[in-house]
Amino acid sequence: MSSHYGIVAIVAVCALTAGVGAFGLRLSRTTSDFYVASRAVSPRLNASAIGGEYLSAASFLGIAGLIYSRGADMLWFPVGYTVGYLVLLVLIAAPLRRSGAYTVPDFAEARLDSPRIRRLCSVLVIGIGWLYLLPQFQGAGLALHVVTGAPAWVGGLIVAVVVLLSVVAGGMRSITFVQAVQYWLKLTAICIPAFVLLMLWLRQGQPAPVVLSEPGGGGWARPLSGFGGQDHPTYWTYSTLLALCLGTMGLPHVIVRFYTNPDGHAARRTTSWVIGLLAAFYVFTPLYGVWGRVWLPQLPHGLHPDSVVLLLPSAASPTTLGDVLSALLAGGAFAAFLSTASGLTISVAGVLDQDLLRPRLHAWTGGDAMSVQGFRVAAVLGILVPYGLSLAGASVALASAVGLAFAVAASTFCPLLVLGVWWRRLSTVGAAAGLGIGGTLALLAVSTTVLFGVPAGWPGALLSQPAAWTVPITFLVTIVVSLATPDRVPQGTGRMMVLLHGPEGLVLPATRGG
Amino acid sequence: MRPSANLTAVLLVVLTTLVLAALVWAATRVVRHRRHLEDPVDRATYTTLHTASRAATHLREGLTPSAAARAGRHLRTLLGTPAIALCDTTSTLTWEGQGSHHQEDVLRHAADVLATGRTVVLGRGDLDCATPDCPVRHAVLAPVVSDEHVVGALAAYGRTASTAVTRATEELAGWVSCQVELAELGRQRTRAMEAELRALRAQISPHFVYNCLAAIASFVRTEPSRARELLLEFADFSRYAFRRGGTFTTLADELTNIERYLRLEQARFGDRLQVSLLVAPEVLAVSLPYLSIQPLVENAVRHGLEGKEGPGTINLTARDVGSEAEIVIEDDGIGSDPEVVRMVLAGGPDGDHVGLGNVDARLRQVFGDDHGLAVETAEGAGTRVSFRVPKYSPVIRSST
Repeated sequence: MSSHYGIVAIVAVCALTAGVGAFGLRLSRTTSDFYVASRAVSPRLNASAIGGEYLSAASFLGIAGLIYSRGADMLWFPVGYTVGYLVLLVLIAAPLRRSGAYTVPDFAEARLDSPRIRRLCSVLVIGIGWLYLLPQFQGAGLALHVVTGAPAWVGGLIVAVVVLLSVVAGGMRSITFVQAVQYWLKLTAICIPAFVLLMLWLRQGQPAPVVLSEPGGGGWARPLSGFGGQDHPTYWTYSTLLALCLGTMGLPHVIVRFYTNPDGHAARRTTSWVIGLLAAFYVFTPLYGVWGRVWLPQLPHGLHPDSVVLLLPSAASPTTLGDVLSALLAGGAFAAFLSTASGLTISVAGVLDQDLLRPRLHAWTGGDAMSVQGFRVAAVLGILVPYGLSLAGASVALASAVGLAFAVAASTFCPLLVLGVWWRRLSTVGAAAGLGIGGTLALLAVSTTVLFGVPAGWPGALLSQPAAWTVPITFLVTIVVSLATPDRVPQGTGRMMVLLHGPEGLVLPATRGG
Repeated sequence: MRPSANLTAVLLVVLTTLVLAALVWAATRVVRHRRHLEDPVDRATYTTLHTASRAATHLREGLTPSAAARAGRHLRTLLGTPAIALCDTTSTLTWEGQGSHHQEDVLRHAADVLATGRTVVLGRGDLDCATPDCPVRHAVLAPVVSDEHVVGALAAYGRTASTAVTRATEELAGWVSCQVELAELGRQRTRAMEAELRALRAQISPHFVYNCLAAIASFVRTEPSRARELLLEFADFSRYAFRRGGTFTTLADELTNIERYLRLEQARFGDRLQVSLLVAPEVLAVSLPYLSIQPLVENAVRHGLEGKEGPGTINLTARDVGSEAEIVIEDDGIGSDPEVVRMVLAGGPDGDHVGLGNVDARLRQVFGDDHGLAVETAEGAGTRVSFRVPKYSPVIRSST
């Protein structure tokens, strides 16, 4: 394909992001027309921002790639990515906002009154953030390789540098408006080519998907057929769905956005909007996977299925039109990498700075280090470590890699948040035990899978998608240990529960030990 | 899930690093232990001090059932008796060790100690027990004293009550007394801080009230409807400023009140007062002590306009900086001597800096010393006051 359009699109997206980061968004008003109440972020705008940050490489390229290579079962991925917000809406959106917490470690400290659990949560936030950042860099490398033929490490480096510039320059931070625009940019980038491709497909007489490598026939389009070499597809599907449903609430860059909501009610309305916006986006991604089977039954040698979205327009219409559409998709994909990566970097760097670096910096420099410097060091660390990790591994399916981050989040933060919000007998020891065991099991399963590959039969299924057993074990451990240590239930639990579930503006009488 | 050779390599490297780090850590610990604890006396000292310090962390709460339960284990280790108990003046706090069926009797055993404040040794006659192999035959009870009052008792139970056990129990009770007193001191410090916070309660300046009413009065004949609007603004402003309950407010509420304040000031100064606000909507939900920005704006109005020809500009900025919000108030007025400002912030008399020292003290009180005011000023160069507020603070959470 002609690479010029693609390069132009990628450069434009990068320049836009860096420019907004460097100059900030100056919306100055004088008192005459300034009313604070009217300036509060509306649920719709905040929902767009969450969507903009949430739709990552896995959504933009990964889902189509998985459906292309592994068939109908993978349709659960977009469903799971969206339905996680339903769980979040029903269980924790409003109480979390009322708790006043900005991050999960904040919530843990507020609810359990324990700095140790706070530190444990901080480590987990960083781990999940890095696991989630990895595929963003891989996706960027892949996209740039498809568009220009550049080596895989270049794309990741570009994303790392642009994100670092905009975060360290201090401009971008988490400007809601910018991230909201990113959502609409991504939606445009994915839906315009989809409509053009739809026209082409109809005009060419609706050709059926072709599956070359299939011995029996029909498996690609049939659910739970095990196409793509997956044993026990039923277990695998349910386990994936569980991880995605329960993992969303533990994602660091999603949680911090809820702080922007003025109150619990707005938090609920925001979540409802997110579900709608994500559903609209995910209508389009599976289409690319199916059309991939129509126009690209055989991928060009050496390319990963994740690149199918970018190759499709040129394959369907080898003219300038195809090139322009490919460029649009490449630009949208880069917008996805940049917005998700910057959101994650800010969250990870914030936690890294506040809970791990700042106390040490304080000790080393005797309190001379400024907080800005701490944040910058944290940002550099927060993005370079996952970039370093991503350098070698460029061929794990993007959506699966993100799935692993969800599995870890579901096995650690989900029990903490759900029990923390709804169960007054949660004790500090119980929460710590749950976090420890859930985190260890999930990380062990994830690393075993990637290190030694997927063994055949049940062990493979259990290890490659651990949520179905790690999440219940974590819940069980947390509950049993909490019941066994009733004297370690934090003193202010009753008060905290009233704060979480009572209406806003309720003034509690001041009591000791609350 | 497809295994990847490259990712495998990366993960191998990571795992190896982690394992190496763990080994190094374990090795240093072993070496440190070896180096320090070759001598049995050293080891005994170390063990005793370590146990005592662990008990001390629990006792920092004071004599509460949960603190006593957690500290009890360590206290028993220190004494080495089969069982110990802790009670306060009204109830048994904890029983640690064997023979817990005696738990109900602790208060009866301790009655003398609590009344007289002297150590009591109880023998077989006082401790009737039907269980043949129960080790609770003798007891030593020593008082826990705080601020010259007996607040509880430490009881050691065992088969015998030797002089050694008696003296050890007395010493340990003395040590527990110290910890309890420390806990009481800590509580008093918190109370003192809260009282100080109440005393520092923000006040609106009398100058402003006077000037404002005078400005409104000047509109009563010429523009009665404007005067009415301004009076209503003033009513809302004072309702906010004089409110009761809740030391904290959100940035949104504080800014709304500042808008009222600025409208009242604009009635007085007209076009001479130029105001620009730049507020990131993400930080509107931040909690902060109420009336902590208004005095700074009032300062800026004074210094930006009074004693100066022509219009003055005031910029109020609230920025989102990750886990904190930064609030900046700037004016282009006459500025002031940095030394004077330093003295005001150090607790000296306020002079013409309305409430600057007060706001600084309250911010430090609530958020810690990292979060005080930063003032940049010089004669004739305007003033810039800034501070940072964390988006989440455990202090605010517990007093909401």
